[in-house]
Amino acid sequence: MSACTSPSESLWQAPPRLDETPLALRLVELTQAGLPLLEDPWAWLAEQLGLSVESTLDLLKRLQAEGAIRRIAAVPNHYRLGYRHNGMTVWDVADADISRLGALLGAQPFVSHCYRRPRRPGWRYNLFAMVHGRSREEIDRYREHLRYLLGDACTAEDMLVSSRILKKTGLRLSPVGAKLARETGASVL
Amino acid sequence: MTPNSLARRLIDRFQHGLPLCAEPYQAMAQALGCCEAQVLDCLQHLQVAGTLSRVGPVFEHTRAGASTLAALAVPEDRLHQVAARVSQYPEVNHNYAREHRYNLWFVLTGPNRAHLDNILQELEHDTGLMPLDLPMLTAYRIDLGFALETTP
Repeated sequence: MSACTSPSESLWQAPPRLDETPLALRLVELTQAGLPLLEDPWAWLAEQLGLSVESTLDLLKRLQAEGAIRRIAAVPNHYRLGYRHNGMTVWDVADADISRLGALLGAQPFVSHCYRRPRRPGWRYNLFAMVHGRSREEIDRYREHLRYLLGDACTAEDMLVSSRILKKTGLRLSPVGAKLARETGASVL
Repeated sequence: MTPNSLARRLIDRFQHGLPLCAEPYQAMAQALGCCEAQVLDCLQHLQVAGTLSRVGPVFEHTRAGASTLAALAVPEDRLHQVAARVSQYPEVNHNYAREHRYNLWFVLTGPNRAHLDNILQELEHDTGLMPLDLPMLTAYRIDLGFALETTP
């Protein structure tokens, strides 16, 4: 369910990027707004990329193995599936403990994203966890549970609920991608 | 089998991954016990209805260009106007109103960090509001889908 991308510092090396090879960049531009619903979308993609179907599938598998593609899937719009409430829970935890605590929150099934972000003047929270539910009560319960898990390790916390989605689109890298990307209008991050 | 139950099983089973083989919808049809045309019909219907946002790769945005989560504390009477100003950038792909002093939250993506800095400066100049700039430092979890069948 979750992808963990916090490699230990000693083993760290820059992961392969999508914007450094023309082929990967072209793949992003062609597919970021979704594949056409054809019987063989990979054959369509192969033709667009000027590759064989086999090489195209190999490229997709390699990028996925390297982590540059998270998944290749039917991507649901959770808002339309009834998950209309989302809360961005934010926590102030000791920097020394954040790896352990981030992994702990990230392992909860109701957390979709869990990130460390910098503190700023007037903004003390360094750990973010997004929770989703079908009611306000449900996400309040999730927040309570995260609070319980952190216990004394957390010195301040808040939950920012969304009152309106003003814009939501997929990843867009270039003007070509911007044209391709569809605005879905109502979805939950 | 009703179309709705097919749709639900299709999403539950394939939101994490499609078969990476020639004619993937044929393979999905076999797994779901229906025919390829029904799978394509169902996908089309779900996309038109907005239940599926797309079928295809989900890219790791940290591997392409630069991105950050930004927020503005906007006086309530200016929220609509400032939100529209923010949303007009093609670099903004999420823009949410949230209940907090920082009441406008958006994700900025661009080819590099300098590009984002320019937009943040432009926004600060145009709105007179100082954006909070919170780039991701470490990911402990990235959404790979929900378990629909087991969620109450």
